[in-house]
Amino acid sequence: MSVSTIAETAGTETSTVAGTPRRRRRSQRLSPLLVAFVLVPFAVESIWVFWPALQGFWFSLTSWDGQTPPEFIGIDNYAELAGDATFRGALVNTVIWLVLFGGLSVVGGFGMALLLQRERRGVGFYRAALFTPVVFSLVVTALVWRVFYQPDGVADQILRAVGLEHLVRAWLADPQTALYAVILPALWRQIGYVMVLFLAGLKAIDPALHEAARVDGANGWQRLWRVTIPQLKGVNAVVLSVIVIDSLRSFDIVWSLTRAGPYHSSELLSTYMYSAAFQSLRLGYASAIAVVIFVLALAVILGYLVRAFREEA
Amino acid sequence: MIRKLRTGTFHTGMTLLSLLWLAPVLWVVVMSVRSFDDIATNGVGSLPHSFTLDTYRQAWTDGGELRALVNSLLVTVPSVLLSLGLAAVAAYALSRYRIPGRRTILLLMLAGNLLPPQILLIPVQKFSELTGLYDTLWALIAVQVGFGLGFYTFVLHGFMRDLPGEIQEAATIDGAGPAQIFARVMLPLTRPALAALGALSFTWIFNDLLWAITVLRTDDRMPVTPALLALQGQFVSSWNVIAAGTVIAAVPTVAVFLRFQRHFISGLAIGAVK
Repeated sequence: MSVSTIAETAGTETSTVAGTPRRRRRSQRLSPLLVAFVLVPFAVESIWVFWPALQGFWFSLTSWDGQTPPEFIGIDNYAELAGDATFRGALVNTVIWLVLFGGLSVVGGFGMALLLQRERRGVGFYRAALFTPVVFSLVVTALVWRVFYQPDGVADQILRAVGLEHLVRAWLADPQTALYAVILPALWRQIGYVMVLFLAGLKAIDPALHEAARVDGANGWQRLWRVTIPQLKGVNAVVLSVIVIDSLRSFDIVWSLTRAGPYHSSELLSTYMYSAAFQSLRLGYASAIAVVIFVLALAVILGYLVRAFREEA
Repeated sequence: MIRKLRTGTFHTGMTLLSLLWLAPVLWVVVMSVRSFDDIATNGVGSLPHSFTLDTYRQAWTDGGELRALVNSLLVTVPSVLLSLGLAAVAAYALSRYRIPGRRTILLLMLAGNLLPPQILLIPVQKFSELTGLYDTLWALIAVQVGFGLGFYTFVLHGFMRDLPGEIQEAATIDGAGPAQIFARVMLPLTRPALAALGALSFTWIFNDLLWAITVLRTDDRMPVTPALLALQGQFVSSWNVIAAGTVIAAVPTVAVFLRFQRHFISGLAIGAVK
């Protein structure tokens, strides 16, 4: 990708500049101000992120109601998770969420980016329209769609208008449809976001590559698979990370639309963790669920960091 | 001829899709100006038969949206300024000086931001109780700053690293110290990245629900996103008032987006090409 090449060359240049005269390097290293520049932000993040994260792992090995001191119980929480049907349901729903929400937003976002990549009349408006939901909070999104799903709301009226009355149901209150009825608004908001990421990636592709492929007689489909997609490797990694992390974090939209109900039918790991912690006050057990979410996210984060590291080097 | 037809199809299709995409938003705006009686008789899905702005008054004063918006701004503005300020100095030191272990520090900070917040919720709540910050806006500001820092530092680091080294050299020869170079040289050059991150972080912090309901309890102190959920409980079937509240809660982020549109999009794109 051309952008990263520029970054790399510039990066080497800077390091040579900073590194040439040895004595200046030492005096810079000793500057207490620079040490503070790094240490203060790092300390803030340590207090509010690193230390709590470590505590989270410790709490997952305890039984704790938040009042009396936590009591160490080893891996009992994890053993209980293995036999907890609600947890298993939440895990399955999280996987469904990951596949449907993640997969469809990538397909939709990429498709829209391909359609709207060329600057032409009207494209600015179309992009803005698709992007608008991204600036709304998930709670706003949820309330917007709640109207849509209301009994006798817009969804039902559309179905009646096209003669599909038999499909009409209480979308958010029916255990069979609740999860999917929540995924739809989440997608509505995510597609524009993914589209912007891909648009940035498409812009960075050298047009000469497409030109060369066209001269060689490649058709549009072949150019898509042989030129565009391989060239987007960097962006794909970012989109994948964003999607997986967003999916595992998803909480707001489910909480505002269904409170994970009815009967846990739209329960995700994130919502189950929240209700175990702050409603059932089983802080140790909730921490164990959080650790499971962490382990699921870890694989992706590692992938992301390895990539970032390679670019830094 | 075929070309014209294809252009026509493209524009028809995209116009329809765009309208479909905006339809839910337009629907809510229309609903927010309908009267309760109109909705009760004609239903949620019908076209408007009335016009009132009383819904906005109800959401604004009776529903407590005004106070919630004030809370939101009291949290969002300091959080954005603080986290960008701290991230900028960290990124400056890490990118322009040979701080030992700088790469590890940078990646560790980024990793902190990528953690699922769930693992932090309980410890953060307990820690804010311990320090007496629980149920105050300070706790929310602190956790927003701490959690966002890693990502902002990473992005600003990438940006500052790419600035030419000669500028810094010249300033050093002129006798400027690290603080002066930062304030007079680096910060002005980093403005585009700061604007992009500022617009992005404003929306993120303003739209947050999870941290707010984790470190706050009192209704009066809730920012607008959780307050909107409470409004839904308060005005159970007054869909017009809920719609008005939704519009009010969405206006600030839409305004920031429209004002900083270019920065906003480039901010998202920074993440993609870095």
